[in-house]
Amino acid sequence: MVPSKFAYHKPSTIKEAIELLTTHGDDSKILSGGHSLVPVLKLRLNDPEHIIDVSGIESMGGIRDNEKSITIGANSTHGEIAKNAALKEHAPMIALAASMIGDIQVRNFGTIGGSIAHADPAADWPAVLLAADANIVLTHAGGQREVDIDQFFKGLFMTAMGEEEIITAIRIPKTPFNKNSTYVKFPQPASRFALVGCAAAIANSDGYITEARVAFSGVSATPFRDSNVEKSLKGSVLNEDAIATATASVADDVSIMSDHFAAKKYRKHMAGVYARKALSALA
Amino acid sequence: MKVPVSITVNGKQYDKMVEPRLLLVYFLREELALTGTHIGCDTSSCGACTIHLDGKALKSCTMLAVQANGKSVTTIEGMANGEELHPLQEGFHMEHGLQCGFCTPGMIMCAADMLKNNPNPSEEEIRHGLEGNFCRCTGYHNIVKSIQYAAKKMA
Amino acid sequence: MTYIGSSVKRVEDKRFITGQGRYTDDIVLPQMTYACMVRSPHAHAEIVNVDISHASQMDGVVKIFTGKDTDAAGIGGVPCGWQVDFKNGDTMKEPPHPLLVSDKARHAGDAIAMVIAETYAQAKDAAEMVIVEYNVLPAVTNSKIARADGAPQVHADVPNNLAFDWELGNPREEVDAAIAGAHHVTTLEFINQRVICNAIEPRSAIGHFDTAYDKYTLYTSTQNPHLIRLLMCAFVLGIPEHKVRVVGPDVGGGFGSKIFHYTEEALVIWGSNQIKRPIKWTAERSESFVTDAAGRDHITTAKMAFDKDGNILALSSDTFANMGAYLSTFAPAVPTYLHGTLLQGLYTTPLINVSVDAVFTNTTAVDAYRGAGRPEATYLLERLMDTAALEMGRDPAELRLQNFIAPFDGVEQEGYQTQVALQYDSGNYAPVLKRGLEMVGYEQFRADQKAAESTGKLLGIGFSTYVEACGIAPSAVVGALGARAGLFESAQVQVHPTGKVSVYSGSHSHGQGHETSFAQVVADKMGIPMEDVEIIHGDSDAVAFGMGTYGSRSLAVGGSAIVKSIEKVLEKGAKIAAHLLEASVDDLDYAEGKWTVRGTEKSVAFGDVSLTAYVPHNYPEGLEPGLDFSSFYDPANFTYPFGCHICIVEIDKESGVVKVKRFIAVDDVGNVINPMIVDGQIHGGLAQGIGQAFCEGAVYDESGQLVNGTYMDYVMPRADDLPSFEIDRTVTPCPHNPLGVKGAGEAGCIGATPAVVNAVMDALKGYGIHDVEMPVTSQKVWNIIHGG
Repeated sequence: MVPSKFAYHKPSTIKEAIELLTTHGDDSKILSGGHSLVPVLKLRLNDPEHIIDVSGIESMGGIRDNEKSITIGANSTHGEIAKNAALKEHAPMIALAASMIGDIQVRNFGTIGGSIAHADPAADWPAVLLAADANIVLTHAGGQREVDIDQFFKGLFMTAMGEEEIITAIRIPKTPFNKNSTYVKFPQPASRFALVGCAAAIANSDGYITEARVAFSGVSATPFRDSNVEKSLKGSVLNEDAIATATASVADDVSIMSDHFAAKKYRKHMAGVYARKALSALA
Repeated sequence: MKVPVSITVNGKQYDKMVEPRLLLVYFLREELALTGTHIGCDTSSCGACTIHLDGKALKSCTMLAVQANGKSVTTIEGMANGEELHPLQEGFHMEHGLQCGFCTPGMIMCAADMLKNNPNPSEEEIRHGLEGNFCRCTGYHNIVKSIQYAAKKMA
Repeated sequence: MTYIGSSVKRVEDKRFITGQGRYTDDIVLPQMTYACMVRSPHAHAEIVNVDISHASQMDGVVKIFTGKDTDAAGIGGVPCGWQVDFKNGDTMKEPPHPLLVSDKARHAGDAIAMVIAETYAQAKDAAEMVIVEYNVLPAVTNSKIARADGAPQVHADVPNNLAFDWELGNPREEVDAAIAGAHHVTTLEFINQRVICNAIEPRSAIGHFDTAYDKYTLYTSTQNPHLIRLLMCAFVLGIPEHKVRVVGPDVGGGFGSKIFHYTEEALVIWGSNQIKRPIKWTAERSESFVTDAAGRDHITTAKMAFDKDGNILALSSDTFANMGAYLSTFAPAVPTYLHGTLLQGLYTTPLINVSVDAVFTNTTAVDAYRGAGRPEATYLLERLMDTAALEMGRDPAELRLQNFIAPFDGVEQEGYQTQVALQYDSGNYAPVLKRGLEMVGYEQFRADQKAAESTGKLLGIGFSTYVEACGIAPSAVVGALGARAGLFESAQVQVHPTGKVSVYSGSHSHGQGHETSFAQVVADKMGIPMEDVEIIHGDSDAVAFGMGTYGSRSLAVGGSAIVKSIEKVLEKGAKIAAHLLEASVDDLDYAEGKWTVRGTEKSVAFGDVSLTAYVPHNYPEGLEPGLDFSSFYDPANFTYPFGCHICIVEIDKESGVVKVKRFIAVDDVGNVINPMIVDGQIHGGLAQGIGQAFCEGAVYDESGQLVNGTYMDYVMPRADDLPSFEIDRTVTPCPHNPLGVKGAGEAGCIGATPAVVNAVMDALKGYGIHDVEMPVTSQKVWNIIHGG
């Protein structure tokens, strides 16, 4: 349990961090809370030569309640997010998912930025951020860009981040569907990551669904929104029948992961079960 | 190459030169000889290494010592007030919440954070709150009672 | 003063709750170096070449040893401590277990080199740069497959990988004939899967050769310091025993895994003399998974035959027992004399035959894990009983009651002679089951079970009644059965001049609370305050000899040795007291710490007698000074605790998730010294037994890799996986030891597992299945419910 040797840098501004990243490129890794990266370093599954600790960058912290969105600084811990009043009000699934990550200790220090940069497909964040229509704020030497969450997760531990970019914030839009959202998880019994994590966000008008976003962690190597489910829900009334119809085809179009806890067939079934649980909670 | 860190542990400031790759748990155990914080796994799962960093429970195997630079650590050795045990320490003794004692420091440090945020937890909340801590001896039965004892005493 | 029987709070707690426990890895010696092992990533591979040239030059590296070095030093490897020969009389196959392998790796985790450096980080860095060239071979991890023709050979000179085969009980033909003619036969083929012990303290060892005294000290996380010394000195390194001190400091749980002599212990001792500096090695958890001896791993076919009234007529069982790649210290005893001998259970079964094939595979060694053989025996019997009840349309509780052995106390009535060698000491089985039924509210449960059917939940109840053998063991008996050691215990009771008492015990606590319960016994028997008693254990230089702590033996055997020494102390004390009181020994009574001349007020206190013993100015003629006695206690028999465990599970039909809703345990462990500690032992055992049933189990892939070799994949039971336990006890004293105790360390783990699986089977009885493989995961249950 000893990481390989590396040099440690602790910039105090984003600019400084980007400079370090530009200088060391491939050989460097960003560290925020360290709760995704340090476990990887300890087992020597990765051995970067430079660690750039961004936890001291003030502008990357805090949760700001803006007019049309909530901006979560990338250094925000899961624990901070779980307790945040604005998120609880405007996007309850975000706070709920945060409260279900890891354990007390992990929630105290693990950060949202670190977790999504790591892009573990079984982590809780991907599902809720996909359902929330979040934007990931990436900063690079030339400035900032915002990536739509639908374009962010690219595969197993892969994202749309460039090598010289840092996740600095996550923006959650204040929308009717986020206000009416939830997250449920079927945990892998050892790690308690998601065998199935399902986030659902539903907007209604006059009792009919105007927008439905249903996304999954843990099911496929790339976290995904299930467009079949979403299409089926749109325009209907969220009742038992509509939920049954919509969830009959969960995960039909994705390649499903398999391990000794849940082979494909069971995992697909449980994706349906948890989709029903999530949607029923919103009905 | 070693770098300087200044970390306050149980109220005392320590200035040391450390390798950046040194985990906080090794800093405590090897640099400071505070061996009450234990190592039970290598995957941040078992919780035996739980301490408090700036008042919050942390698995000290999951943080580099350099990350704790300038911060304040409390370990199991810092929980009692002189001869007066912390209510959780007392609870574990009174309710037989420990057998081999190896997981105990981590259990106590985790429970202290739990009670800070939820002073009157239900049994279910206690059990859930311990999901980051393994015990192989007690079946958790008496650990739950120990925490209930402390909660009552601290109320 | 009555300490015995009261829940005295533990005296050892203070150091643990304040962070002052002293475990092996906490110890730092001057000039200490650190070792990191280079281990085979392959389950089966020839070692073509080991290149240490680059690694040797790295920062901080002190020395690197490979198998060539240990071979050159003539070190043969760690021995097995128990010999079980083939049925035909051929000698057990006992291939060497080298400290470092030089020819081939036989399981993933086999050690190839030991890298020693100034810091652990440096050792780890250099270990990564030791270049090993392998020729990877096909591997086999399943004992039944390994036994078959054409399977990969783990050891070249062990055909069919068969270490030995073994049989016990009535002639197989008689048993088979009874089964063939029976009214009903219940047959089960099942796997009692491999579980990993997972003491939370990883193993650790420090070897120190002190050139000034020409003496070695080994600090090691062991349940068994003296036995480690004996095995290491006499069989591995050829070092004179008096030149080695073995210290087991505080030990962070063992559950069997720390009984055995491990290669790393001998390596750090041998290496410390080579480099003339202390060497510390501490396992990382990933290493523990592939090097700690594991438990269970049986593949069994068992048949139980009944007459038309439900009386058991006969039992047969055939087991493939996985030994792993090498024979660990007690491994041969586990599937044989600790398993086959328990197949009488609590039943009157008149004909029993058990046969076992012990098989090598490309896996980590298997040895005793909490219960050691007895959980496997109980699982076999109790799964058969519940299955038979279901098949015959009988109530599982009634079927058991009908077949129980009648009560016997071992005093008025003789012990019960089983068909499988053992003679039970005392037992009264119906009350534990009846009490269990009362606690669970059996009739109400059956009503609830019916009512739950409409809710998408399935409720199930499972029973398990067990008898086990503890207090291991009469030396002559185990010697006849193949043990290469005696299994007595020693104790020295040293009375100081001031009347304070130091007790040196060969038992060694790794969480059981010896410092409390032993002190309770001493204080009560000597009539002195507990504060005046100190229990010293775990150091071979302090304690004359010991056989360690396992098999729930500490109080039954170690405690009895203490009682023997106390008797000697009081006998001599009485002579001194008589002299001081100018009375005859026969006229003295001893109570509450003083000798009194019967019928008078004349008395002398224990402290005055002890002082006189060491300041013998006014002293009986011819009597030696001092008040200090040692004893060795060799038990007359095993002890036989028993009990009844009842589990209620709830299954969610949609997901297959199994929740243990209630767990009731009524155990009879004989007399109880400290109820609080005994309850704690039961709780812990239950958690491990339940863990095996519903979440634990090693998973290997085709290449022999342990797939779930970290806590991210191996499911340890956590607080929110378990219910609060509902426990009670009956008391049937052991008739053959002075304390009447039977042992409580393993009971929980022995009874619990089949109760959980039986409960799942009860819940799923509508689905036409015969068995479900452990661990009973949600996926398996869902597959059953949905015909997958």
